[in-house]
Amino acid sequence: MIRLTINGQTREVDVPADMPLLWVLRDVVGLTGTKYGCGVAACGACTVHMDGQPVRSCQTLAGDVGDAKITTIEGLDGKAADAVQTAWRNLDVVQCGYCQSGQIMSAIALIAENRNPTDADIEAAMDGNVCRCATYVRIKAAVKEAAKLARA
Amino acid sequence: MFAKRLLEAAGLSPREALTGTVPTRRAFLKGAAGAGGALVVAAALPMPAMAAGPAAPQVVGPPEPRPLAFIRIGTDNTVTVLAKHLDKGQGIVSGLATIAAEELDADWAQVRGEHAPADVKLYANHFFGIQGTGGSTAIANSWDELRMAGAAARAMLVEAAAQRWKVPVAEITVAKGVVSHAKSKRTATFGELAEAAAKLPVPQTVTLKDPSKYTLIGNPKLHRLDHVSKTDGTAVFAMDVKRPGMLTAVVARPPRFGGSVKSFDATAAKAVPGVRDVVQVATGVAVLADHTWAAIKGREALTVEWDDAKAETRSTAQIVEEYRKLAASPGLKAAAKGDAAKAIAGAATVLEAEYVFPYLAHAPMEPLNCVIEMTKDGGCEIWAGAQFQTVEQQVAAAVLGITPDKVKINTLWAGGSFGRRATPNADYIAEAAMVVKAIDGRAPVHLVWTREDDIQGGRYRPLVVHKIAAGLDQAGNIVGWRQGIVSQSFMVGTPFEPMLMKDGIDATAVEGAADMAYAGKIPNFQVEYHQGKSPVTTLWWRSVGHTHTAYAKEAFIDELAAAAGKDQVAFRMALLEGHPRLQAVLKLAAEKAGWDKPLAKGPNGEARGRGVAVHESFQSYVAHVAEVTLDGRGGYRVDRVVCAIDCGIAVNPDVVKAQIEGGTGYGLGHALRNEITLTDGRVDQANFDTYEPMRLSDMPPVEVHIVPSDARPTGVGEPGVPTAAPAVANAIAAAGGRRLRNLPFTREGVA
Ligand code: FES
Ligand code: FES
Repeated sequence: MIRLTINGQTREVDVPADMPLLWVLRDVVGLTGTKYGCGVAACGACTVHMDGQPVRSCQTLAGDVGDAKITTIEGLDGKAADAVQTAWRNLDVVQCGYCQSGQIMSAIALIAENRNPTDADIEAAMDGNVCRCATYVRIKAAVKEAAKLARA
Repeated sequence: MFAKRLLEAAGLSPREALTGTVPTRRAFLKGAAGAGGALVVAAALPMPAMAAGPAAPQVVGPPEPRPLAFIRIGTDNTVTVLAKHLDKGQGIVSGLATIAAEELDADWAQVRGEHAPADVKLYANHFFGIQGTGGSTAIANSWDELRMAGAAARAMLVEAAAQRWKVPVAEITVAKGVVSHAKSKRTATFGELAEAAAKLPVPQTVTLKDPSKYTLIGNPKLHRLDHVSKTDGTAVFAMDVKRPGMLTAVVARPPRFGGSVKSFDATAAKAVPGVRDVVQVATGVAVLADHTWAAIKGREALTVEWDDAKAETRSTAQIVEEYRKLAASPGLKAAAKGDAAKAIAGAATVLEAEYVFPYLAHAPMEPLNCVIEMTKDGGCEIWAGAQFQTVEQQVAAAVLGITPDKVKINTLWAGGSFGRRATPNADYIAEAAMVVKAIDGRAPVHLVWTREDDIQGGRYRPLVVHKIAAGLDQAGNIVGWRQGIVSQSFMVGTPFEPMLMKDGIDATAVEGAADMAYAGKIPNFQVEYHQGKSPVTTLWWRSVGHTHTAYAKEAFIDELAAAAGKDQVAFRMALLEGHPRLQAVLKLAAEKAGWDKPLAKGPNGEARGRGVAVHESFQSYVAHVAEVTLDGRGGYRVDRVVCAIDCGIAVNPDVVKAQIEGGTGYGLGHALRNEITLTDGRVDQANFDTYEPMRLSDMPPVEVHIVPSDARPTGVGEPGVPTAAPAVANAIAAAGGRRLRNLPFTREGVA
C-alpha cells in the first residue's frame, strides 16, 4: 500500500512502487483530467503539481512521492489557478483540449511564482507542453492575460 | 477537391447534395480470413453504381426540416444541439450549435452541444452518404439542415405560445430564448413552452432568416461550448472511459509494415502483476491487464517472433531513389493541355526542381483508443472519438458477428485526429473488436495505443516526390509546365476507390496540382501521376494532397517569378485572373502584411525576407505571408505570419481564426523538422523525443484576416495548413537562404 495526498485527500493505493503516478491517478484513483500523451517526459500532458511545483507524472514513480502534496486539474484553487483558468476561457484557447490540463498546470506554476513573465519566461515554463492543435498563439496570450488578472 | 470529387462521383452538385436527395445508402461488407489469419474488413460507401438495384432511393437529409433529430429543448430551458460530426478540436460542436441556435433565436448562454448517436438514417454526412466527418465538410453539409431544424423548432415554440395565449402567430416575437407577445405583455421561456411545442406537428416548410438579422452566426464574441469543460478536466475523452470490469489492452504489432506474428511466448508477460490475458489477433499479440501500466509492462515482457516475408525492408533513401526515377518517367496524365514538353524545350528560360516530402505521422494528442463492451441484448457498445461512425458500426459488427444496428456508438470529444481517426476500414475499432472477440466478450476492453504505437503505426501522409519543369518566354510568361507526382495511394482497396480513383489516378494525390488555378494562364500544362508501392500504410493527413501539392506549386511558382524578375504577389495576381476569390485573399494578406513596404534588416544587420503562398483547398481560399530572419549561422526565425481566408460566411469567426492559427502551426511545425524514416523497413522515430512536435517557442505570431462574404460557408479545419510552409520557405529564399526542396527543412539547412 502506498499513501498519497491528492487534492487534499489521503488515498491508500495498492500499486507497485514503480508505477508512474500518471497511471495511479488515471487508472486507480480515477482522476482522468491528467492526460497521457507520451510517457517519456516529452509532452507535458501529464503535468501535475507536487508541493506546488510542476512535475511530469509519467516520470514520477508512485513510490517516490512520499509526503508531497499532489494537485491535479480537478483540485485547483487559489488566485493563480483562477487567473489561468479565466484567461484560458476568455481567450478560448482550447481546441481538442487534450493537452490543456497540462498546459494549465504549467501556466499556474509559472504565474504562482512570477506575476510578470517575459516572453522568455513563458517559453521556458511552457516549452515542455506540446499542443498538437498548435494553440500556442493563444497560450502565450492567455499566460499574459492570466498574469494581469493575478496582479489585479 | 476531396469533397468536390465525392460529389462528382455521386453525380451531384454541392447544391443538390445539400438540398436534394442523396443516393441510396447501401453498404456492404467484405469480411474474409486472409492469408496468415489476417482479418480483412472493408465497409463500402454508397455509390450510385451500387445503388442501382431494387432498393428505392432514400432521402437522408434535407429538404424536410428535422428539428427533432438535432435539437432538444429541456424544461430546464436548455437548448441542446446534437452534432452529427466529431469535434476533434475544430470546434464543430459549437459551430453546428451556432447555426441551429441562430434560427431558433436562442440565447447562447442556454445552448449546449452534444455528439449525436450513430444513426446513418438521421445523421449521414450528405457529401459521403454515411455518418462521418472529414474533408472539412461539416459546416457546409449541415448549413441548410441545421438552419431548417432551428427555424422549425422556433416555429413550434411560437405556435405553442400562440395556442396558450390565444393570439395570432404573427404577433409573436422571439429573441434570446424568450418568446413574447408585446400587446398583452406576455413572455415565456423556451423551457416553459418545450413540452407543449413537442406535441405539435413539425412544420413542413420554414422561412429562414435574412443574414442581415444574424446575431450568433458571424459573432466573434461567442465562446466555444467546450471552453469550460476542457479547462477543468471534466471533458470526457475515450481515454477517460472506465467500465466495470474493464481490461486495458495494448497490442504488440509487427516492427515492419506487412509483417506478421510467427510465434510468441506469453509466459513472462502473464507473470506481470495485473496482466489477465494474452491473445493473438490479426494485427499482433494483445496483452490485457487491469490497468494501462500493467498492460504496457506485460507487452514489454512478451517474446514475439515476427515473420517478415512480406514486409517492407527498404530504407527511406531507397524508396526516394525509386520514386525519383519514376518521377522522371512518363506517368498517367492527370492534366494535359497543349504540348508541355515542346513548349519547355523551346522556352527562353527553363527551370527544374524536384521536391521530396517525407512520411508524416498525424500524432493526435490523444493516442488512438476506444472501449468496446458486449451488451446483454447481444449487441455491443463503443466509446470512441468516432469519426466514421457508419463504417465503424459495420466493421465492429462484422468482427463480432452481429448486425450494425446492434452497435451503439458513444462519440466523445476526440483529442485531435488530423485525419487519423477516419480510416476506411475503422482500423483501431476493428482491432479492439478482435480483442473483445478473442476473449469471448467476457469483459469490456479498452484498447490503448501508446505514443510509440502511434508514431510507428503507419497510416502516414505518404512519402511523395514531385518533379517539375517549366519554361518562361522572353517576357517572363510561363509557356509550359510539366509536373510528375509519385505517391502511394491510400484509396486503392478501400470503399473510396471507385469515387476517388479515376483511370488509375488517385485524385487525392494530385489535388491542388492537376487543378491548380494558375493553369488557366499556362498554355501548355501537364501533370502526371505515378503510384508508388509499399506495405507502409498511408492515409489522408490534415489537408490531404494539398500538404505537398501546394508546397511544390507555391515554391516553384516563386522560383519562376524570381527568374522572370517579377514581384511575387503581382506575378501570382496575373496568373490568377478569373479566380477572384484567390486574388482577394492574396491581396488582403499582402496588404495586411505591408507587402509594398520594404522589410528592414534585423537589429544586427541580419538578412530578412518575406514570402507568400496562396491556394484553394476544400473550397476555401487561403493566402499566407511570412517574414523570416536568417541569423547568419544557418538558423532562422519566423517573425510573423499574416493570413487571409475566404471560407464563405464565417459561422464562428473566432473559431475560424483559431483553426487557421492551428493549421498554420501544424503545416509549419512538420515542415520544420518532422519526418518518419525507415531503416531496413523499421521506423526510426518512436515518440515525441524523436518526432519532435512544434513547440511554443517555434510558433510565430499569426494574424488572421477573414474576407467578408455572403457565400455559403465552407471548411476551415484543413485549409490553413497548405500555404503555411511554402510561405516560410519562400521567405527564407527571399532573405538569401536556400530554396528548400527536400523536407523537412532540417534536412538541408537554410543557409
Ligand atoms: S505523458 Fe508525461 S510528458 Fe508526455
Ligand atoms: S488543444 Fe489539442 S493538443 Fe492542445
